[in-house]
Amino acid sequence: MTPTLQLFLVISAALFSIGLLAALSRRHAIFILIGIEMMLAAANLNFVAFWRFGPQTQPPIGVMIAIFSIAIAAAEAAVGLALVIAVYRHYRTTNVDHLNQLKG
Amino acid sequence: MSSAAVVIIAILTLAAALAAATLQKLMHATLSFAVALVGVAGLFFLLGAEFVGLVLVFVYIGAVAVLIVFTILLTRRDVGKERAANWGGAFLAVAVFGGLTWAILKTQSVAVVAPHIRLVTVKRIGEALMTSYVWPLQCVGLLLTAALIGALVLVMEEKP
Amino acid sequence: MSKWVDQIFVYTKHWLLTWLTAAPGWIIQTVSSLINIFALLGVFLTLFAVMSVLERKILGRIQNRYGPNRVGPFGLLQPVADGIKMLIKEDIVPARADKLVHFMAPILIAAAAILALGVIPYGRNMTPFTIDGGILFFFAVGSTTELAVFMAGWGSNNKFSMLGAMRAIAQMISYELPLIITVLPVVMVVGSLTPDRIVAAQAEYTFGFVPRWFVFTPWGTTAFILFFVSGLVESNRTPFDVPEGESEIVAGHMTEYSGFKYATFFMAEYIGMFAITGLAATLFLGGWHSPVSALEFVPSYVWFFAKLSALLFVYIWLRGTLPRTRIDQIMNFAWKFILPMSFTCVIAAAVWHYAGRGLRGWLWSLVVIAIVYTALSMLLDTQRKFAPRVYRFAE
Repeated sequence: MTPTLQLFLVISAALFSIGLLAALSRRHAIFILIGIEMMLAAANLNFVAFWRFGPQTQPPIGVMIAIFSIAIAAAEAAVGLALVIAVYRHYRTTNVDHLNQLKG
Repeated sequence: MSSAAVVIIAILTLAAALAAATLQKLMHATLSFAVALVGVAGLFFLLGAEFVGLVLVFVYIGAVAVLIVFTILLTRRDVGKERAANWGGAFLAVAVFGGLTWAILKTQSVAVVAPHIRLVTVKRIGEALMTSYVWPLQCVGLLLTAALIGALVLVMEEKP
Repeated sequence: MSKWVDQIFVYTKHWLLTWLTAAPGWIIQTVSSLINIFALLGVFLTLFAVMSVLERKILGRIQNRYGPNRVGPFGLLQPVADGIKMLIKEDIVPARADKLVHFMAPILIAAAAILALGVIPYGRNMTPFTIDGGILFFFAVGSTTELAVFMAGWGSNNKFSMLGAMRAIAQMISYELPLIITVLPVVMVVGSLTPDRIVAAQAEYTFGFVPRWFVFTPWGTTAFILFFVSGLVESNRTPFDVPEGESEIVAGHMTEYSGFKYATFFMAEYIGMFAITGLAATLFLGGWHSPVSALEFVPSYVWFFAKLSALLFVYIWLRGTLPRTRIDQIMNFAWKFILPMSFTCVIAAAVWHYAGRGLRGWLWSLVVIAIVYTALSMLLDTQRKFAPRVYRFAE
């Protein structure tokens, strides 16, 4: 039995929702970053799955977009973690609930 | 590509991802996140995109996970208690998953079987990167340089 | 006859698989993979045992003493004694350690080291695991080691372990960059990430006697030396063994491990060393090709393992003669010298290609490397004068 596109889409939807759960329900900045990375991985899975099941194209668009998005995710993680360290130096915490100085 | 392999890898991936989202200790969550990404790379292998899977392992395990681990160590004195479970976020996540699954299962046009064996060779990816994707490639290079410099500036010690 | 000897292992495997012709396809595939895995493990675990005793004997020779010579003839059964000792030791897990992480770290580190061996061509038609992006696979698997080392250091809940792990990760990240960039010129010139193609591209002989190995071009020599030094750092060997410097931090990330877990770490370190040297031989030393066309009747795997042993001997030799470097020296060396030089290798390879891959290209790429090398050494010269060393006896 060979799997259909639906199976991959459901897997990726589940991964996305778990990432969303991590990003919304945790208070620690690093957890939120992990959640965002998981959502990005789910999106990549979708791109590759659509490329595999869709019509043949030259160049392989889905694969190319996945590669670019991985590169951009790496840059995002670097900047995000640098921000976490900078915030920690300033406030001595990484709990996003305590970062409310701009609140009126 | 058989369904059994896909389902087994998917269950492992999702279990590790759920562990990453719910475990209390940051370090355990990071390690489960790494396991989940290995699972996603395995799915890429099954889909015939070996190169993307390898790049994913290389970038995420070799760079991002190590970076997260270093950040955890640098901010270690921060052992603040996590607040009790945030049910709003959980509810929203379940709702999103339900909605997406409903939409996917309703759409008949995605209930297709893969056409035939299709492998993307490294050579073809390289050719695409150097011909039709040259400008995106240059932009990503610029972005990575900017991110590198930006991250350095952000964490540089401020001179009093 | 010589072809038969050359392909004996391939034929044996085919013969073993003929017993299964009636079985469904996936069983044949699984059995074929299992044969590869067991052959790989058998060869490299034996090599590990032999290497561990030979290293101690050679170190003994270098330091003007005997080395192990009590167990068996010439002390050759020493690894068996060591193995039994390791097996019957008590397995201690610190009370405050993170049990799961502490347990997983040696498994992960050994698995990564063994997986990396799978893509190296050991002889004609003897690549255990053929994959399109073999070189990328090697480095992707290798990058898992960093996380495993970290798990060992963090899971032990010990400050020496943590310090050792931090040092190990710092130097591994710094040297992984040049390690990958020095592979780039070879990949560029061959136009493929598959190790088999890279070996095939080094098959011919220039003027009929100089093998067309990449180490005989200026960029190849430079890249080979840089790759070798980076590999030395990656496998945490002297003179770069700061992560487990015995006199400073007990045993680094392995401090809290005992018994068989410690042996697993030890084995992973050696197997990682075999993988790096094997890749160096594949990329720059022509893989399993013979150096002289008259000696092509010697089986291909003999040549591969001869090259591997020669490189491993250099590892032992360096360990016996060089003192340990300081961590800041290692870092400065990586970022200020090795990284610019490895980028220069890429440029020199491009120059070599566009100048026609002949003598002209050879000279031009030599000029590029010489200019950058001179400029870098003038820039990095500290102009520091050392006071004359005076030996004084206690009065």
